[in-house]
Amino acid sequence: MAFYVVQFLTGLASAASLFLVASGLSIIFGVTRIVNFAHGAFYMIGAYIAFTLTERFSGAFGFWGGVVVAALAVALIGVLVEMVLLRRIYHAPELFQLLGTFGLTLMVEDLVVLIWGPDDLVGRRAPGFKGAVDFFGQNIPSYDLFLIALGPVVLGILWLLFQRTRWGVLVRAATQDRDMVAALGVNQKWLFTSVFAVGVFLAALGGALQIPRDAVHHAMDLRIIVEVFVVVVIGGLGSIVGAFVAAVLVSELNAFGILIFPKISIILVFLVMAVVLIVRPWGLFGKPEAAARKTPGLTVNPWRPLTSNERLASLAALVIAATLPLFVGNYALTVGSEIAIFVIFAVSLHFLMSVGGLASFGHAAYFGLGAYGVAFLAKMAGLPMIVCLLLGPLLGCMGAAIFGFFAVQLSGVYFAMLTLAFAQIVWSIAFQWVSVTGGDNGILGVWPASWAASPSHFYWLALGVAALVTIALRIAVFSPFGYALRATRDSVLRSEAVGINAKRIQWTAFVIAGTTAGIGGALFAYLKGSVFPDNLGISLSVDALVMVLLGGVETVSGGVIGAIVYKALNIWLVSQTDLSKLVLGGFIVLIVVVFPKGIVGMLEMLAQRRRKSSPPGSSLLAKPIESAE
Amino acid sequence: MKLTVEGLNSHYGPAHILFDIGFEVGEGEVVALLGRNGAGKSTTFRSIVGLVAQRTGRITFEGKDVSARPTHEIVREGLGYVPEERRIFTDLTVDENLEVGRQPKRPNAPYWTREKLFTLFPNLGEMKGRPGGRMSGGEQQMLTIARTLMGNPSLVLLDEPSEGLSPKIVEQMVDAILTMKKEGVSIVVSEQNLHFARLISDRAYIIERGRICFGGTMAELDARPDIRDAHLSL
Repeated sequence: MAFYVVQFLTGLASAASLFLVASGLSIIFGVTRIVNFAHGAFYMIGAYIAFTLTERFSGAFGFWGGVVVAALAVALIGVLVEMVLLRRIYHAPELFQLLGTFGLTLMVEDLVVLIWGPDDLVGRRAPGFKGAVDFFGQNIPSYDLFLIALGPVVLGILWLLFQRTRWGVLVRAATQDRDMVAALGVNQKWLFTSVFAVGVFLAALGGALQIPRDAVHHAMDLRIIVEVFVVVVIGGLGSIVGAFVAAVLVSELNAFGILIFPKISIILVFLVMAVVLIVRPWGLFGKPEAAARKTPGLTVNPWRPLTSNERLASLAALVIAATLPLFVGNYALTVGSEIAIFVIFAVSLHFLMSVGGLASFGHAAYFGLGAYGVAFLAKMAGLPMIVCLLLGPLLGCMGAAIFGFFAVQLSGVYFAMLTLAFAQIVWSIAFQWVSVTGGDNGILGVWPASWAASPSHFYWLALGVAALVTIALRIAVFSPFGYALRATRDSVLRSEAVGINAKRIQWTAFVIAGTTAGIGGALFAYLKGSVFPDNLGISLSVDALVMVLLGGVETVSGGVIGAIVYKALNIWLVSQTDLSKLVLGGFIVLIVVVFPKGIVGMLEMLAQRRRKSSPPGSSLLAKPIESAE
Repeated sequence: MKLTVEGLNSHYGPAHILFDIGFEVGEGEVVALLGRNGAGKSTTFRSIVGLVAQRTGRITFEGKDVSARPTHEIVREGLGYVPEERRIFTDLTVDENLEVGRQPKRPNAPYWTREKLFTLFPNLGEMKGRPGGRMSGGEQQMLTIARTLMGNPSLVLLDEPSEGLSPKIVEQMVDAILTMKKEGVSIVVSEQNLHFARLISDRAYIIERGRICFGGTMAELDARPDIRDAHLSL
């Protein structure tokens, strides 16, 4: 019995840091509507700076002072980031801010290694809390007891801050209607900056307080950010009480899951999150989101099929790509195959995101399922490659059909979070079901048949499939199905009013996107000769998002261009520099600030400007539109 | 002049909404901006306070050019804005809604305290702790006006204050607007309801398809039934 109590208390202690970080994320999202991917990075910097300060300055004052100063310093960095980066992109398309903060995360990951080295750093124990308390023969570190007490204290302080101060009232008002707050004479800029500073301070404090418990290392950002997303979604975006309750819930699930269901401990948390999202999409303590006020004038340029000249140009580009094996060596061809495969992957997510308006944060699940599908068929059933390639993606299709059915019941951020949860569930299964999937060791020896074994042949195969997939999805965009899908994206209500079954259309789109991603995954398995849980991991999902956003989410061909640029740059950087993440992250941030419409969006804008300069003002511009008030 | 608008043009994306809007408001005056649904009344107000990004033209408030200033600075000059559709903060209580609007005292404008506003709108005084989302439409409308008055404006843009309210509440609204006028607040009120406008206004402009097509006193407007019938649905 005592053992379980101790386990419970350990869970509570873990909840403290999680709550700090999650409440920060929640507050920032509430006011700025930015899903701050860099929140984990701030948490990590907080831990690193606190480590340095507490090593340098001894004694109780050195430790506790170091923790607080570290959090303040990181908050200052947060202010700089907000003023230099985020202020420029508040009005960019939704999720674009996610790309910016992701770029920042990449940069930070390399920077901390540069400054503090790649090794794990073990911090000092907290003065005054070095011992352990005996509890019926079980030991509880006294620092854990301190953390357990800290959680509710911080919750209380935050509650007072938001309920009893003018700042808190303004923040809550801005959470609901930013423009109206400005129209009452409040300077939004500084309100946003201060909110961001408070959120970042909480994240950094969470990180700094972890150093007596855990080693500081350069991957702690990704680990916490996933957990924090889960906490925030379960608790309800924007609710601090929700963040607290959910942090406790998630930490206890982790603490007891490992005892009771050791086999599925990782899945447990995501399973709970999925159930919460399905039953109460806005979280335990959140409120159903009112339909966001659409800013007038922020319209997507109407899409059109390629003109015949553009078709010829695309064909020429394809032909040139196909002649590549005549000029380059095997390594370059392998890179080319990988890029082609990622074009398939990116195009499939682009279809879901841009055409369907459904931004999936877990698209790698279907890519990975396709890869595992091939691996099962090839290794267990021993089927020939061509059959595997045709049937393997069906596993991705099945996964998309099951998960997609639940996911399309939600929209916006909640849809993104549910897809993330599903992807993590699939990842956990692949990781933990060792007898079938090989767990972390993966499935090895998935080699292509002899007809596709040479790098040039495989390259042609990948290129051909990528071209076919891209053309097929483009045809779908301009088919009646594509029109219906775009209608549900622009207005679910209005599309349903004209007789479109919105959920079914979106579900179909989800399955199409999942199956297509599965095709990419199937090829990927043969390219690498092996399949690992990473093939359906979160970082691959994020890669796909970055590719789409980089190319331009409001364009038709953004997926293709984004995949080529991102993947080529990524592979090239890794070969050129040890600081590839820093450079890539910097590049992404630059793109976000300078070209907020993505690469293709920028090109389209340039083309339009050139076209516009010849006949001054089109007829559309001079026509008054009556009901625009 | 309290407020002068000259050559105001506004766009939403590719759509041109306002065409060379011009009008002026004298010190302590109540001016009505009349027009049908979609004529451009709300866009005019939103453009004046800087909530429409794409706008050109000159807006002079108390002798200062405010055309290029951000929204919160324009409002802090003493130019209050009461939006249509009320837009109160539903999660905040009445008291907290008023707090958001609070700005320091201004030498050239009447000073409003919560107590003074509760005498102007007695209903609000009885529900200080109630969340905005649990108020009736009329109460919400009063709260939006009270909230803007907390900023001690010397001029208020009132966007369709009578829209969707019961006759009894409209009467209260007329009283409140006349009290504001008596206190010395200049007011521009947009309306579709000519009857309501006549009760409170000194002068009127008519806006149609984004253009001002009439300007004059209420008596001059009454003398031109042709204009009235052509541009206002009665």
